[in-house]
Amino acid sequence: MGFKLDSKIPEGPIQEKWEKHKFKCKLVNPANKRKFNVIVVGTGLAGGSAAASLAELGYNVKSFCIHDSPRRAHSIAAQGGINAAKNYPNDGDSVWRLFYDTVKGGDYRAREANVYRLAQVSNNIIDQCVAQGVPFARDYGGYLANRSFGGAQVSRTFYAKGQTGQQLLLGAYSSMMRQVNKGKIQLYTRREMLDLVLVNGKARGIIVRDVITGDIERHTADAVILATGGYGNVYYLSTNAMLSNATAAWKAYKKGAGFANPCFTQIHPTCIPVHGDHQSKLTLMSESLRNDGRVWVPKDKGDKRHPNDIPEEERDYYLERIYPSFGNLVPRDVASRQAKFRTDEDRGVGKTGLAVYLDFSEAIKRDGKEAIEARYGNLFEMYERITDESPYKQPMRIYPAVHYTMGGLWVDYNLMSTIPGLHVLGEANFSDHGANRLGASALMQGLADGYFVIPYTLGDYFNNHDLEPVDTNHEEFDKAEKEVKERIDKLLSIQGTRTVDDFHRSLGKIMWDNVGMSRNEARLKEAITEIQKLRAEFWKDVKIPGKAEGINDELEKAVKVADFLELGELMARDALERVESCGGHFREESQTPENEALRDDENFAHSAVWEFKGEKEAPVRHREELKFENVPLTQRSYK
Amino acid sequence: MSAKEEMLTLNLKIWRQEDRNDKGRFVDYKMEGVSTDSSFLEMIDMLNDELVKEGKDPVSFDHDCREGICGSCAMMVNGQAHGPNALTTTCQLHMRSFTDGDTIVIEPWRSRAFPVLKDLKTDRSAFDKIIAAGGYISVNTGNAQDANNLPVSKENADLAMDAASCIGCGACVAACPNASAMLFTSAKISQLAQFPQGQVEAAERASNMVREMDELGFGNCTNHAECEAACPKGIDLRNIAHMNREFLKAKVKGK
Ligand SMILES: Cc1cc2nc3c(=O)[nH]c(=O)nc-3n(C[C@H](O)[C@H](O)[C@H](O)COP(=O)(O)OP(=O)(O)OC[C@H]3O[C@@H](n4cnc5c(N)ncnc54)[C@H](O)[C@@H]3O)c2cc1C
Ligand code: SF4
Ligand code: FES
Repeated sequence: MGFKLDSKIPEGPIQEKWEKHKFKCKLVNPANKRKFNVIVVGTGLAGGSAAASLAELGYNVKSFCIHDSPRRAHSIAAQGGINAAKNYPNDGDSVWRLFYDTVKGGDYRAREANVYRLAQVSNNIIDQCVAQGVPFARDYGGYLANRSFGGAQVSRTFYAKGQTGQQLLLGAYSSMMRQVNKGKIQLYTRREMLDLVLVNGKARGIIVRDVITGDIERHTADAVILATGGYGNVYYLSTNAMLSNATAAWKAYKKGAGFANPCFTQIHPTCIPVHGDHQSKLTLMSESLRNDGRVWVPKDKGDKRHPNDIPEEERDYYLERIYPSFGNLVPRDVASRQAKFRTDEDRGVGKTGLAVYLDFSEAIKRDGKEAIEARYGNLFEMYERITDESPYKQPMRIYPAVHYTMGGLWVDYNLMSTIPGLHVLGEANFSDHGANRLGASALMQGLADGYFVIPYTLGDYFNNHDLEPVDTNHEEFDKAEKEVKERIDKLLSIQGTRTVDDFHRSLGKIMWDNVGMSRNEARLKEAITEIQKLRAEFWKDVKIPGKAEGINDELEKAVKVADFLELGELMARDALERVESCGGHFREESQTPENEALRDDENFAHSAVWEFKGEKEAPVRHREELKFENVPLTQRSYK
Repeated sequence: MSAKEEMLTLNLKIWRQEDRNDKGRFVDYKMEGVSTDSSFLEMIDMLNDELVKEGKDPVSFDHDCREGICGSCAMMVNGQAHGPNALTTTCQLHMRSFTDGDTIVIEPWRSRAFPVLKDLKTDRSAFDKIIAAGGYISVNTGNAQDANNLPVSKENADLAMDAASCIGCGACVAACPNASAMLFTSAKISQLAQFPQGQVEAAERASNMVREMDELGFGNCTNHAECEAACPKGIDLRNIAHMNREFLKAKVKGK
């Protein structure tokens, strides 16, 4: 077996690749489109925009989500904004610069051609969203406002208060619902995809569980699109929503889809620190805060004084000190790692010592409280609600937290995985962000994939493949359904002593300690053994009350955690094999004398793509070599 | 985490209902050692953890973002939708809003249009149906012109943003004596009417959405304003007046 990784990058100069490719993509004539059925799993920015756009073109779309409404997908929680190369502020932005920044920001581990296309369509996204009625912020002349965000030196971020994800998602959702009304989209909410069905090697359907009735259903299609989001919840505590999970992607992996760069996770520097054992999730404080907030720790180790009692000269504004040109605006991976270094050397603050300060006092002095309130009022309020402390009066305490996963199912230029007919969009694919995602570019990528890429490339797939009729009685559906049911029955039959959350917390701890912000060979090996042990224990000792029929929240959680327990191991393996530091992946063995990440382009300028070989066998690591023809490979420096 | 952390003992009265058809009943639970720094949902997590360990069925409730933005969480807490604090969803409510020894009554939304599925989980798909009836601007992907070709005054943009902040939680319906969905529906209608491209279909949109709302069994608005008081996102009652104007326009046009 083994799969061939053909990235299908079109020939020609990078500026022309997408135009030429679109022209070469064969079209499906309008009358024929209605003969094709497409399954879209996920209704976040990626899935919602894809479902709406494909239905508008005439395809019959079946849309699935675990939530009670498509509008509740995790995308709703994105705060800060969405990038585009509009250059409305006339500050020197361009498609080329957005492309360049994204490749560099990703530490040269993304595919140039994809990133260029992303930058190209970024402008269409803003146009589309405005046309839908997305209420982006505007200036007094009535034109769209921009801000700078997350390490960018131009103002290219569009935003809707601190609720950009919500507004973009509601835009995509409303377009979707328009097609629901027209009968072009059939909506299946509260469904969890539990397996992918292949017929003659092509993706032809899915098995889902109706989480209200517990019924297992079969759905067929001519192509399947996964837009099921990221897998940050492997770490238990993350900024991801509670239902975010890896199950759909993981099942696809086990059916033959390559999983690329699973170890590339983004740890976001500005989150509210963990407060106690019963904590269920972490809250992000938007990165925009770093535009005005200054990050510091006390110069003295173990200094327990109240922050307001620590005089200026006894504070270490370490980001400004180490990176004079970027200061507090260094990219996420750098800011997070530096926070960890400070707490490791016992300069952390707060009760747990696992926090650093983000201080607004100077900005308040400079611009006035009102100006700061206008900029960050809702964030300050959110912070105070959770911690009972006012950032107007004392610095915020922040700490890095798992936020985003750059890794995911491998896709070619057409967004198709190694399984013909299975396309993967949004955070679920291994995407365009390389080893580190820049702020405000996940929303851009999700919508680029859904609105402007898949509508072209899917037609090409239909034209180039013979798709025999398949119905739900096909033996492959029998087999998949049987496996799904057996797994559920097995989970329910264990009746052990430990709760699902208990296992999930243990997994999270192993991952955070060993596959977190700083990784080394010994600890990664240990993590693999620990996860294997934990997984074995899970299948012997998990306790799930209730039955397979009807609502069973614990069963739903268990299904997800069972898959996290497998994926976690693959993440550790991937991290172990990549003996270099790049972006969010920091190997202690590979650093400069100043503790900066040291890439090894000679040996690792590739994406690692994992192939599942069976439960008992180790997965195989393939490579997609990355060529940098337009952005010269240099070590990133933010000094 | 905060300097003022305390531990609370609480008496919970929680609505338990097996499924749609079950009649349902209140069950009492005693909770000890609840940190004032915990969120309300983390407090229920704690209870569920104990229930599961005892092999009992945990309390079922919808939740996801736990940041007040997805609109999943939905509980009547001591008779108030989303609990005692203004402009706060259940997931953002913290236990420091309660005192040691409190009894807390927790129920699902009560409304004919939102049937209970289990315990605190309800079916709110009626809201999606209202949106499907017209809560959009009819623009296909690819139709758009350059975004700055359509200036919109900051005032209108801000009004649109305020109305668009609705999270679709349903507290307005749950709080309304008539179980009216006017606040929810009107928020979408007035958001879209703030834009020139949204005005093209404004009257028709209002007429279609209101018709759908009525057909789904939501009640009428008789100006109690309970919806506005319960709304965690501060959606303004004036949106309803705006909607009524659009609706009248539609009638005049015979739509
Ligand atoms: C707190 C926070 C703030 C952020 N802020 C920003 C920002 O300012 N700018 C930015 O660019 N990015 C931001 N991001 C990242 C960005 O929000 C996400 O990467 C992006 O929204 C993911 O979109 P998606 O469509 O790929 O997936 P999601 O929005 O996660 O949607 C996944 C969908 O899949 C469905 N699903 C999942 N599993 C299954 C299954 N097994 N069966 C059926 N359905 C399933 C879900 O129901 C859901 O509909 C932020 C992320 C977080 C956590
Ligand atoms: S109007 Fe307010 S209460 Fe009603 S659904 Fe929207 S956010 Fe919830
Ligand atoms: S859980 Fe999302 S709003 Fe409460």
